[in-house]
Amino acid sequence: MGISLKTSEFRIERNEDRCIACQVCVRQCANDIHAYDAEDDWVYSDETNCVACHRCVTLCPTHALTIRRTPLDFRENANWTAQRITSIYKQAETGGILLTGMGNDRPHTIYFDHMLLNASQVTNPSIDPLREPMELRTYIGRKPDRVQVSRDDNGQIRLETKISPQLTLETPIMFSAMSYGSISYNACLSLARAAKKSGIMYNTGEGGLHSSLYEYGPWTIAQVASGRFGVHPEYLQAAAALEIKIGQGAKPGIGGHLPGEKVSAEVSRTRMIPEGTDALSPAPHHDIYSIEDLRQLIFALKEASNYEKPVGVKIAAVHNVAPIASGIARAGADYIAIDGLRGGTGAAPTIIRNNVGIPIEMAISAVDTRLRQEGIRNQVSLIAAGSIRNSADVVKIIALGADAAYIGTGALVALGCHLCQKCYTGKCNWGIATQDPYLTKRLNPNIGSRRLSNLIRAWSLEIKEMLGGMGINAIDSLRGNRDHLRGVGLNQVELDTLGIKGAGQS
Amino acid sequence: MKRIHVNEEYCIGCRLCEIHCLVQHSQSRKIIKAFKEEAPRAMARLVVEEEGPLSFAMQCRHCEEAACLEACMTGAMHRDEETGAVLCDEEKCVGCWMCIMVCPYGAIQRSLIGRSAASKCDLCYGNETPVCVANCPNEALIFVDETPSDNGAQ
Amino acid sequence: MRYVMIGNSAAAVGAVEAIRQSDPHNPITIIADEPHHTYSRPLISYLLGQVVDESRMQYRPDDFYERHNVETMLGVEVSNVNTQDKMVSLSGGGTISYDKLLIATGGKPFVPPLPGADLEGVFTFTTWQDAREIDRYIKDHRVESALVVGGGLIGLKTTEALIERDLSITLVELADRILSATFDRTASKLSERILQRAKVDVRTGTTVEEIIGRGARVDHAVLRDGERINCDLVVFAIGVRPNTGLISEDAGIEVNRGICVDEHMQTTAPDVYAAGDCVEAYDMLIDACRPIAIWPNAYRQGSIAGSNMAGVLKTYDGSFPMNSIEVCGVPTISVGITDPPRDEDGYEIIDKYDRDAQIYKKLVLHHNHLVGAIFVGDIDRAGIYTGLIHDRVDVRPFKEHLLSGNFGLISLPIGYRKHLVVGEGIEV
Repeated sequence: MGISLKTSEFRIERNEDRCIACQVCVRQCANDIHAYDAEDDWVYSDETNCVACHRCVTLCPTHALTIRRTPLDFRENANWTAQRITSIYKQAETGGILLTGMGNDRPHTIYFDHMLLNASQVTNPSIDPLREPMELRTYIGRKPDRVQVSRDDNGQIRLETKISPQLTLETPIMFSAMSYGSISYNACLSLARAAKKSGIMYNTGEGGLHSSLYEYGPWTIAQVASGRFGVHPEYLQAAAALEIKIGQGAKPGIGGHLPGEKVSAEVSRTRMIPEGTDALSPAPHHDIYSIEDLRQLIFALKEASNYEKPVGVKIAAVHNVAPIASGIARAGADYIAIDGLRGGTGAAPTIIRNNVGIPIEMAISAVDTRLRQEGIRNQVSLIAAGSIRNSADVVKIIALGADAAYIGTGALVALGCHLCQKCYTGKCNWGIATQDPYLTKRLNPNIGSRRLSNLIRAWSLEIKEMLGGMGINAIDSLRGNRDHLRGVGLNQVELDTLGIKGAGQS
Repeated sequence: MKRIHVNEEYCIGCRLCEIHCLVQHSQSRKIIKAFKEEAPRAMARLVVEEEGPLSFAMQCRHCEEAACLEACMTGAMHRDEETGAVLCDEEKCVGCWMCIMVCPYGAIQRSLIGRSAASKCDLCYGNETPVCVANCPNEALIFVDETPSDNGAQ
Repeated sequence: MRYVMIGNSAAAVGAVEAIRQSDPHNPITIIADEPHHTYSRPLISYLLGQVVDESRMQYRPDDFYERHNVETMLGVEVSNVNTQDKMVSLSGGGTISYDKLLIATGGKPFVPPLPGADLEGVFTFTTWQDAREIDRYIKDHRVESALVVGGGLIGLKTTEALIERDLSITLVELADRILSATFDRTASKLSERILQRAKVDVRTGTTVEEIIGRGARVDHAVLRDGERINCDLVVFAIGVRPNTGLISEDAGIEVNRGICVDEHMQTTAPDVYAAGDCVEAYDMLIDACRPIAIWPNAYRQGSIAGSNMAGVLKTYDGSFPMNSIEVCGVPTISVGITDPPRDEDGYEIIDKYDRDAQIYKKLVLHHNHLVGAIFVGDIDRAGIYTGLIHDRVDVRPFKEHLLSGNFGLISLPIGYRKHLVVGEGIEV
């Protein structure tokens, strides 16, 4: 300890008139903040380790608790903020990399909040989604350059062109890659069930697929990451699509990290690694050092899956994401998933999460524009990830050029996450980012899957309303249709990169 | 007949069921008053069992062939015709504890508040849903007509 | 089709309720020598102790007979059962014919043939009437001291009732300890101490030789060693025998110590069933038949007899002794074989005695199966052990946990736990 400053970031306010010393908060806090004194029959709190996960607040039967931010006040300094100062204290103590969870929380410009949508009036009537069919169905996969049809003897039209394998989504939203290990089994099960119920897909992340989830295979995208955790023939056969993970938005350029505390017996078995050891994926795939190597792996997977499944590639959004994407498309991928600056993670070095990568809005615009310019946009579907926070973000990112959106953080919040950013400790009080059996019980997959499919349903309804408002009745008409967007508070460079006009311009 | 179904897989050991059961059977039925003012405090009618990460709430199963009904020597234990629940007439009960002796679930407790009487779940007589079920934050307790064979998976 | 029942207590009520579940119409007649609506016999000690009053004695609501379509002949004694002609004869004259008969005559108290046993102020204590008479005698003659003969369960309940009446009591027991058939040595000793703290003079290893009166009323008793015990009131609580006097040798109904019945509670005579304290039924722990005179068994046997009488086949899988009594406010429960013979092997004892809290818990295992239990002072959730005894569970997987403070269904293997509950439509 010595001279290290250890202060609580939060203060717990307990209304003593309402507190009945029932000890629910004591039992539920994974960080042992609350304690019961039998002699005095009262509950007291030591806030030092409080992470503001709000578990106690939520479960208190008399609503006696609330959490307030109480940073220790340093002298005002716009440059040396309290967070920057305390980070140095921690590193002077430990000599190690500071870790964090979830996505970039720094106040970089959020371009979604600077783009506004159109609505139709007078010249082009809006459509009422309650009265007219609204097509949200989206197909992910390589689209042919042209389509040849013929007529058979009965005069029926028949398709001559062989179409590449496609994923069918009932709505252009999917659950993003979250590995079993970084999240609990119950969380994975919730995602799988909800994907099935909502007619979309979920992604295994780099944790492999637990054997009992194979029944949800038709709604599963199996990821092949640099550590190749859990990759074996049955795994590839079970899923509906395969995804090679080159990078992740939260930590572009480095590999995945699962701390040993979270490698339980089941996780170890699924990932095919020893129990209790840190699972570190290498930064590059050690068999992919060039675009030709990637092409080889893509086709190796297609061979292994008999050319029946789409094979995609997931990259992080970095500066030259456009040429990278172009190369990937030409390498034979069926889709490209791009994960932007704000993408979430279970564990990443804070310094990388906050400083590396570019926003997804910029990345999708750049990639969509480049692929169209090269005349190969049809060869891949584009999936956008990296903090899609609501249905408007979905509409905007599709308008910028994506085919569909991956939601990660949004899905976890639906499951109960309060964004305390302590996923890497394995003490998730909501049973999501943990393997501790005391905690994983807290996520009931019946409830979890219900909440997730509710979220998808709610957003889908909102998307239909927005589309109707814009006067379009199919998501295809929105894709890449930048004219439905206008920018506010952006400079010309930003407007040009996004490929949109400023508000007020027709 | 609806009965309380217990899923030990989802019980998080928070004991909110116990708290609300106590309040439901208190004098005031108001949580703050029941805890802070009423003395002696009311008893919860269920037992929360806990060992390591495993926990669940055990309350009267309202068995079709109820051992306590057979054992009760005063006729205080009786079956409610409408709900099929097994209820104890606490005025008639003399606290002989034969029911405690025969209940294989240990679902009956001695209430020594005032006079001796057997204390057990009454399915929150009069409520549409028992309060333990209504307040379980993780649906470890559900109120259903028959055993879901798949733990209630939807 | 007419059902006739001799008896009006737990077994008869069990039979009536079972019959009416499948047969709402065919007439049922209850013939009972006591004149009361069915009442809770164990409550007589509460009545005598003035803990309950007469209005709480009833075992079932006022309209029980009406709602269950039962004709009652109360205060009527049956003198004979004629299984050939399927008729029962009444003491006051007349016969009642039956299609199905249930004999549920209960037990008769045993009175030793002592000199002075017929004096005024000498009672047995098994009926409501006994409670009334003893109560009247205490009031009329300002009784101050009492002698209770018999340190078994009835003797104990009698003693408790008389303690409530502020009498000075001597309790005499032939064996070297009270409750010798129910408890082991430790539990008996604990109970004796509790009684002694309540100022009861407990005399074990002795018996009453003679009761001496003054005039027609009892004045004192003389013990085996010649000692004189002053008492204005004597209650014999030595034991109860199955009440089978109404069955003659040629009735075709086999009687041993009690009426013999098969697993359907049927006697050796066709269409004649028997249940309750008058019966000797299968004891699963000793694998033999014997009378087990306790309330839960009586009701269960009556219920099974009734089902079978109505044509719904049910089997009685046996029972074992069990008792729950409070000794001066200290709760105790005993189940099954509580004091196994020392010289037989296969038995194992697990016990816990907290002297400060005066809590004693003992479990008896036989070849790793629970066969008996005693709880004194702490009876929480004792029924779980009763269930383990009944289901003949092999306790090896959780033996160390059996007497832990935390023991419950959670300590049982998950397969058994689910099996235990699943039949009721609830899964744990």
